[in-house]
Amino acid sequence: MFLRLALSTLVLQETDASDSKVLTCAAVWRMPKELEPGSHESPDDSSSPAHTLELLCHLDDTAHGSVACVVWEPTGDGRRVISLADSHILLWDLQESSSQAVLAGSASLEGKGQLKFTAGRWSPHHTCTQVATANDTTIRGWDTRSMSQIYCIENAHGQLVRDLDFNPNKQYYLASCGDDCKVKFWDTRNVTEPVKTLEEHSHWVWSVRYNHSHDQLVLTGSSDSRVILSNMVSISSEPFGHLVDDDDLSDQEERRPEEKSQEPPQDSVIATYEEHEDSVYAVDWSSADPWLFASLSYDGRLVINRVPRALKYHILL
Amino acid sequence: MAAVAAGPGPGSGPGDSPEGPEAEAPERRRKAHGMLKLYYGLSEGEAAGRPSGSDPLDPTDLNGAHFDPEVYLDKLRRECPLAQLMDSETDMVRQIRALDSDMQTLVYENYNKFISATDTIRKMKNDFRKMEDEMDRLATNMAVITDFSARISATLQDRHERITKLAGVHALLRKLQFLFELPSRLTKCVELGAYGQAVRYQGRARAVLQQYQHLPSFRAIQDDCQVITARLAQQLRQRFREGGSGAPEQAECVELLLALGEPAEELCEEFLAHARGRLEAELRSLEAELGPSPPAPDVLEFTDRGGSGFVGGLCQVASAYQELFAAQGPAGAEKLAAFARELGGRYFALVERRLAQEQGGGDNSLLVRALDRFHRRLRAPGALLAAAGLAEAATEIVERVARERLGHHLQGLRSAFLGCLTDVRQALAAPRLAGKEGPGLAELLANVASSILSHIKASLAAVHLFTAKEVSFSNKPYFRGEFCSQGVREGLIVGFIRSMCQTAQSFCDSPGEKGGATPPALLLLLSRLCLDYETATISYILTLTDEQFLVQDQSPVTPVSTLCAEARETARRLLTHYVKVQGLVISQMLRKSVETRDWLSTLEPRNVRAVMKRVVEDTTAIDVQVGLLYEEGVRKAQSSDSSKRTFSVYSSSRQQGRYAPSYTPSAPMDTNLLSNIQKLFSERIDVFSPVEFNKVSVLTGIIKISLKTLLECVRLRTFGRFGLQQVQVDCHFLQLYLWRFVADEELVHLLLDEVVASAALRCPDPVPMEPSVVEVICERG
Repeated sequence: MFLRLALSTLVLQETDASDSKVLTCAAVWRMPKELEPGSHESPDDSSSPAHTLELLCHLDDTAHGSVACVVWEPTGDGRRVISLADSHILLWDLQESSSQAVLAGSASLEGKGQLKFTAGRWSPHHTCTQVATANDTTIRGWDTRSMSQIYCIENAHGQLVRDLDFNPNKQYYLASCGDDCKVKFWDTRNVTEPVKTLEEHSHWVWSVRYNHSHDQLVLTGSSDSRVILSNMVSISSEPFGHLVDDDDLSDQEERRPEEKSQEPPQDSVIATYEEHEDSVYAVDWSSADPWLFASLSYDGRLVINRVPRALKYHILL
Repeated sequence: MAAVAAGPGPGSGPGDSPEGPEAEAPERRRKAHGMLKLYYGLSEGEAAGRPSGSDPLDPTDLNGAHFDPEVYLDKLRRECPLAQLMDSETDMVRQIRALDSDMQTLVYENYNKFISATDTIRKMKNDFRKMEDEMDRLATNMAVITDFSARISATLQDRHERITKLAGVHALLRKLQFLFELPSRLTKCVELGAYGQAVRYQGRARAVLQQYQHLPSFRAIQDDCQVITARLAQQLRQRFREGGSGAPEQAECVELLLALGEPAEELCEEFLAHARGRLEAELRSLEAELGPSPPAPDVLEFTDRGGSGFVGGLCQVASAYQELFAAQGPAGAEKLAAFARELGGRYFALVERRLAQEQGGGDNSLLVRALDRFHRRLRAPGALLAAAGLAEAATEIVERVARERLGHHLQGLRSAFLGCLTDVRQALAAPRLAGKEGPGLAELLANVASSILSHIKASLAAVHLFTAKEVSFSNKPYFRGEFCSQGVREGLIVGFIRSMCQTAQSFCDSPGEKGGATPPALLLLLSRLCLDYETATISYILTLTDEQFLVQDQSPVTPVSTLCAEARETARRLLTHYVKVQGLVISQMLRKSVETRDWLSTLEPRNVRAVMKRVVEDTTAIDVQVGLLYEEGVRKAQSSDSSKRTFSVYSSSRQQGRYAPSYTPSAPMDTNLLSNIQKLFSERIDVFSPVEFNKVSVLTGIIKISLKTLLECVRLRTFGRFGLQQVQVDCHFLQLYLWRFVADEELVHLLLDEVVASAALRCPDPVPMEPSVVEVICERG
């Protein structure tokens, strides 16, 4: 059920450990038909052997160095992929039913020292023409049409920036996290200061994700082995107080007075999940169920959690 | 025993029974009573001193007035036995004898006096007879004199009347003459400038002329006089308008004009207009001194000049006005008040400008003295012109200046603090060049603390001048209450401590810094400074303030505990930040060393890598640095029994944890399983946790951060066999040297084990080195 968040075609990075050096490459794979949405039922029996993936093509970029990150175009027919390799940002066009990847555009960072991209994210807004990348402490925005930089947040974090995510509903909002244990929210139109900063983790924050439909829910995973679910009401696309017509709530008359008396809810940590024994390196939301999320830690443990029921009802009602 | 008699009866002596030792005293007292009785005419026989009965009507009382010998004898005979009768008889005989002898002595003693008294009386009789004769003669003489006198009066009566009449005529004539001469006199006076004289003449003549103006001759004189008077008035006005002469002369002119019956309203206006002109000139000269470029005279001189020139002038005007126009009533007083208010306002504006120039200056005593003079000087017109409210306005200015001074001092303290910080920065930067660092840290701390304290004390002393007893405004309610509590205590001292904490905290907040801007030693020093403040200095300073300013105001003040809590919080944040910064420095070193190395193609390890030695060196340096300012702290005893560790926390996830490795087939079984199990029993390590105020805690924090970074970096790399072995060697080396710095050495072991295990996981060919070889290499390194 959960794996549905992946696309029917996967892009994976594979590590080619030759004798002399380690090089990270990228390739496009197809997920087995059984796992595709719409097929019979969810493969919930763990006894069945793992399905094998079908290799479609390599993103042949050995000339540019190790791949740090690969991202699909968020919408559209899934033909475009961005990969970040060392200091290069490469835009690929998948042709002939993804069996061939053609380099459609590229740009590279220029500056002193060895600049390396650490993370990237494709914005779902602006008809998918913007990509944000992170290198060291800087966050940059790129226009995929011209492959040129459109904004730059210098010193976005005190230390390395680990991950980025775009707010799915508010087009200029961007979340970032990094080694300074902070999660920051930016408005890309005004990059001098973060809109909001969270300091809940006690070690590097490796991953940050907006909920796909309720963007006040933000998930973060950190190497302090915690996953934190935060409720960022003040910067979400949903307005305070939730403008629901009272007529719709006629069957809940008795609830209304207390709801009305409530203050506009504050930003808060909803829950801290401590099931992991080691550093958590990835968190993500289910693409099928907006109240479900998973986190993955170093020791190989995948934990799936639900948003607390009370909060869910609070948001929905 | 009580005296019942209607008259002033004899005292109730206790002596009815003359017995016992008290017998002597009543005897004497009785004598005194006898004297009194003598005076009141109750005296028969009492001088003999016989005991007086309680009842004077008692016929048996030997000394009583109504003594009846028969009754007495009867009584005696009836009541007494023979022996007592005999006794009383002898007693009586003795008393009679004594009385006789007394009488004889008195007669002897006073014999001479009797004789001389007789002589004197005889002589007096003689003299009086002579005097009677003389008196008779005197009476007859007087009668003669009276007679003569009456005769003379009668003769002179007639003449006297004539003389009186003549004298009357003469006076009248003189008056008339005066009247006729008046015009010429007036003219002369006017010519000579003796205006006062002229006005007096005119005043004397005016009523008469008014009365007799129906007579043509008087009419002419009156006309003449009026003409001259008009001229006189005109001249006076002229002189008044020219105004060159001083205020007293002007006042004189006005007085004369008033006497000439000029309209008071108009004069009053003119008088004020002239006064305004003069005072404005004063103000202009004061303003000229304010000019921006020329070096203004010091503020004391300025207020002196303002006081004597302007305020003095205003005083004179006010007193002259009140004298001259007293008849004007409340309207006139109101006019004067408005006049004073307006000019006073302008004067105050000037003074404020001048005082504003003084704000930058440091000399409080001069300022206070100037303010004192200013205030004192304005009290006189304040009394004269209560309605104008000048004194209140002056007090307000003084208060405002005092407030501004407080602000200035607060600013001064802040900048002094910042100056101290700059000095510390320089001092911290300098010894590094000389190759010698650290030993001055405690000294620097002491310097900073003492310099700040001395600054605070200096400020307090300077501000204290405002409340000195001899300063005229110090007894105003503002200076007694609000100034002390809200101004000095809250505004200056508490404000400074707060701002100090804020400044210190701002070092923690600087975003995007990699610790380059603030030297870590400064953070450490500030942290210790704040901690010292928390423990002692704050309460000391506040006690000092309260003592010096005897805060009487009841308004709420910040309690010491709140400030202490703030200082402690600041100290904690600074120290935590210090740990982060230092941890980051070491982390960066470790991270670079892991990231830049090609771990696949390394050679077999022969040495500990230099960077590890550097890490240990730096940690030792930090240890020394922190040790200069902070105490050692408590080290956790080596815990030998691992089973005692928190078990329940992870028990729920334990089951999964144990089986987790089995899903990762590529993992080297032993190490991974081992580390996972180990993790189950160990507490979660909170890497960036708050630290305590001691050396061990600080260093534990730093080492935790560093090792966690190493762990995360190792997990991102791929290692060859020798790469893994190198990591093994490095970790063993770190273990050898770092355990001694931390509170719980188990922590170091745990993290380093984790590093090696992670490296092994990232190694395609995990062949660990022999522990003995590792040890040898480490010992050699």
